[in-house]
Amino acid sequence: MDNNKNWIDQRFPLTKVWNEHLAEYYTPRNFNFWYFFGSLAMLVLVIQILTGIFLAMHFKPDAALAFASVEYIMRDVDWGWLIRYIHSTGASAFFIVIYLHMYRAMLYGSYKAPRELIWILGMVLYIALMAEAFMGYVLPWGQMSYWGAKVIINLFGSFPIVGELILEFILGDFAVGDPVLNRFFSLHVIAIPLILVILVFMHIVALHTVGSNNPDGVEIKKNKDANGIPKDGIPFHPYYSVKDIMGVVVFLMIFSAIVFFAPALGGYFLEAPNFVEANPLKTPDHIAPLWYLTPFYSVLRAIPPMFGSQLPGVLAMFAALLILVALPWLDRSKVKSIRYRSWPYKVALGIFVVSFIVLGWLGMQAVTPLYSLMAQIFTALYFAFFILMPWFTSIGKTKPVPERTTEH
Amino acid sequence: MSEQEIDLKRRRFLTGATSVVGAVGVGFVLVPFLSSWMPSARAKAAGAPVDVNIEKLEDGQLVRILWRKKPVWIFKRDKTALANLLVQDDNLVDPNNLEDQQPAYAKNVHRSINPEIAVIIGICTHLGCSPTYRPEVGAADLGGDEWKGGFYCPCHGSKFDLSGRVFKNVPAPTNLVIPPYHFVNDSLIRLGVDPKAS
Repeated sequence: MDNNKNWIDQRFPLTKVWNEHLAEYYTPRNFNFWYFFGSLAMLVLVIQILTGIFLAMHFKPDAALAFASVEYIMRDVDWGWLIRYIHSTGASAFFIVIYLHMYRAMLYGSYKAPRELIWILGMVLYIALMAEAFMGYVLPWGQMSYWGAKVIINLFGSFPIVGELILEFILGDFAVGDPVLNRFFSLHVIAIPLILVILVFMHIVALHTVGSNNPDGVEIKKNKDANGIPKDGIPFHPYYSVKDIMGVVVFLMIFSAIVFFAPALGGYFLEAPNFVEANPLKTPDHIAPLWYLTPFYSVLRAIPPMFGSQLPGVLAMFAALLILVALPWLDRSKVKSIRYRSWPYKVALGIFVVSFIVLGWLGMQAVTPLYSLMAQIFTALYFAFFILMPWFTSIGKTKPVPERTTEH
Repeated sequence: MSEQEIDLKRRRFLTGATSVVGAVGVGFVLVPFLSSWMPSARAKAAGAPVDVNIEKLEDGQLVRILWRKKPVWIFKRDKTALANLLVQDDNLVDPNNLEDQQPAYAKNVHRSINPEIAVIIGICTHLGCSPTYRPEVGAADLGGDEWKGGFYCPCHGSKFDLSGRVFKNVPAPTNLVIPPYHFVNDSLIRLGVDPKAS
């Protein structure tokens, strides 16, 4: 056994990688509930890739065949319904996990120096994931696939002068049709998953270079014992590998319950009109993107057309997404964790979370004058969180941060 | 923590038990993924039994039927052809159908239920080509007088007689396969279903 290990180690850094990233990777000892979601996101990525591989074996990326091939998977392929429902539930689960993961970073200031690059890589991952999910939703070629694709792709047509050209470039046609389905299939199964996997790798390499943050926002590497091991650190394996497995078990219980008992989750995970084949002649009565995109969809709808163009709304939507990237530089607080932050930040974060959720809810509703007004107010609050952040993170009295991690 | 003794036996048991339960779970999860590769309901429906009417089949005439995406030959043999089946046992690999290439009810010289009507899957047992029907006795290119009618595979030259039995010294190792079938009535064959045990 040892001989085999030596043989491999001389040719491939197996033991070195194992130790650096698992057995001797020292992780803060005070991780809590919020620290489950990184490993869960990786689990969902694996689930999506595995189920996706099997779905692609039966799916036909052809406008004339796609819808029927999905029904074929649901009815004729042995266990096809299960594989598809795991994949569709996995898409929503991915965003639930990612949103909680991002919220964790905001709670404990995990994006602050020296972890800005981890945050940026994470944001690129998030945007790539949105593209992946959107393109995946187009593939079944139901009514929502078709009209959702139409609305989102048309956003790019609002750019002045080049809009029309961009549209034709994306569509490969003059309307949403077979070419777009075919290229979205390719991007959805090859290009973006490949990008996701590479970005996840970089996200983790960057994390392991600087080490994890923790609920106290204390740098554990500042307090090392005689052997150079952080006093507040414990090896990732077995301590956190076991903890994460516990999280996986609970996650899979909830996940399976949804897959088996409520795969459409009342229209939140799979929308009813998508069980009807795409029909270019009839828009569904009410059209909304899936829940994970609706906060940004609300921002889009909140901004009225200006100068005879809907470009401002489109720009605001992209800005709402991209402004998150700037978070590490907008936050001027000397303190990382919410535990020691001043009260203005706590209030602002609360307002931000409420705004995001309300915008998400509004994005699923049909437009009424009241809802439009609400969307405008909460869009303003959403942006105010970022624009005013340099101010409200530098006022108020922060609590003293302990030298070492605390026990609760 | 430090005052407590670490109970290694208990720890090993819990690790083992968790791993076993996890492995069983993975096993269960594998089932749907592997079964999704098996013929789907649609493929099975496409492999359903096929009915063939042989009312108008004449002596020597051969029809090719697609059953489970395989060519099935149904042809009628006259008295000469049936008699010729008996005279060349020495040249055949398996004249008595010892190999399991046919249902029990076709394990006879004419390899069929009704001696006149042959039903054979037209796929060479060598590498899967479909042999050519060469019923003419004494065909010069197939050995002249020795040739009593049969099938010749254009791919690698395997030869079979009129009940699909393979000749010696050709690449194909075994006789052609006889599919399950039965006569619904005198003129209707149902491919894919065995006769009801009487």
